[in-house]
Amino acid sequence: MTTKRIVLTFPPTLVGQPITTHLVKDYDLMLNILRANVKPNEEGRLVLELTGKKKALEDGIDYLKGLGINVKSLAHDIKWNADKCTHCTACIPACPSGAMAVDRETMEVSFTRDRCIACELCISICPFNALEIQF
Amino acid sequence: MKTIREINEKIRTGKAVVVTAEEIIDIVAKKGLKKATQEVDVVTTGTFGPMCSSGAYFNVGHTKPRIKIGGGTCTLNDVPCYTGLAAADILLGATAMPNNDPRNSVYPGEFHYGGAHVIEELVGGKSVRLQAEAYGTDCYPRKSLDTLIELKDMNEAVLFNPRNCYQNYNVAINLSDKIIYTYMGTLRPRIGNANYCSAGQLSPLMNDPLYKTIGIGTRIFLGGGEGYVTWQGTQHNPGVARTESGVPRVPAGTLAVTGDLKSMSSQWLKGASFTGYGVTLTVGIGIPIPLLNEDITAHTAIRDDQIVAPIVDYSESYPQIIPNNLGEVSYAELKTGSITVQGKKVPTGGMSSYKRAREIAVELKARIQAKKFLLSEPVAPLPSADSDVKCKLLNERPIKKKK
Repeated sequence: MTTKRIVLTFPPTLVGQPITTHLVKDYDLMLNILRANVKPNEEGRLVLELTGKKKALEDGIDYLKGLGINVKSLAHDIKWNADKCTHCTACIPACPSGAMAVDRETMEVSFTRDRCIACELCISICPFNALEIQF
Repeated sequence: MKTIREINEKIRTGKAVVVTAEEIIDIVAKKGLKKATQEVDVVTTGTFGPMCSSGAYFNVGHTKPRIKIGGGTCTLNDVPCYTGLAAADILLGATAMPNNDPRNSVYPGEFHYGGAHVIEELVGGKSVRLQAEAYGTDCYPRKSLDTLIELKDMNEAVLFNPRNCYQNYNVAINLSDKIIYTYMGTLRPRIGNANYCSAGQLSPLMNDPLYKTIGIGTRIFLGGGEGYVTWQGTQHNPGVARTESGVPRVPAGTLAVTGDLKSMSSQWLKGASFTGYGVTLTVGIGIPIPLLNEDITAHTAIRDDQIVAPIVDYSESYPQIIPNNLGEVSYAELKTGSITVQGKKVPTGGMSSYKRAREIAVELKARIQAKKFLLSEPVAPLPSADSDVKCKLLNERPIKKKK
């Protein structure tokens, strides 16, 4: 079994379709919706964690791409610039997934990419612009 | 009993024993006050936090022909400077921002760039754009100026901070139903988080709570270089409630500090943008405390679990100045990452970097050990708890508008 976190951006024409249902039924994938912004007649955005057999995962992502959905890996979404971080810990209470964390002994802040769900809550909170969205 | 002169002699001969405000805690616990005072000469402290009442003044050098910037207008990278001084002297405040910044008209404002960022860039060796307009006089005929300038071109560049180094601070929460944007960071509704701002046991004025050694003329680590305490800071408020050991339970003393900007580093002076609030300068300060007697040593052994801060609601209580006692919490609790407020477990966030504060205390210790930093004797004490100095609200006497 493989797990992959992806960010889907899809055109307004596809917003009405039950895309995730097909991923479950046709490709036997488990999915966890980490974030969703789907409104009628607007570009939709969905952050998914997909789990399944490697081949099924690849096929499922190909299916999404075939529909005209932009698919990218989540890991590249938020970037933490360690040299800009002053370790003030202002971001810590805002981070819902524990991606931003503090070693309570050294009071040093760290960022774990795998835990980041790209909610972007930290972006405006960091006074030093140490966190940025990468496209 | 030791004197600062004796300690400086030990520093010069490489015999001084210097420890940080963290290290002294264990030393006193193990050896006792008497022995610790005999063995240790200096305790170094540190803090690295946003300090809005900061700025710098510059003498940019006279142009040929001369221009009288004084009384005219002037910007550095579009950030307005104060020009109510002599021809070539300008003053830049940390919170100033370009005239065309939208501020909070697009709420919450982003406040990407301001005076603090200009100071950081200048200290970092970058060139900035100096623009000035003047009215022209017989002796200063020139009327406009547009040039690049960097720190080394200037005659003087002086960090000039009317209020830094707050002794203790509020723990900010939000009791309302909507998110608020403050100088204590973004506060989520219904006590979504609690933000604090002090280095606690490492903070300079927590280690000398009654200002027994820190006074006017005290030489300090300032922004990576050297500076001096030049006065009590604005809003210095020594007469507040204190714990048994003399540490204030609420924000109290402050320091005005000054130093040569050319000696400083952008690692220890950083522009900061607080969403919805504004721009500020994060300043690194370290102050050495000479262990002249056991009383002073006892104060430096203070621990985070012995220092408390008041929990304050920033949705109504703070802006409207309505007293509302929500309790106290210790810095040891705050540093665990969560506290309990009104029965609710709340995650905590810092505004002041404890890691950087520790680095400053360690750096100051190293400079003293390397004989590069000598202690100074204060020339006058700061007003202490027994003085009548206190921070007042503005007594408004509104002017009635004519009908």
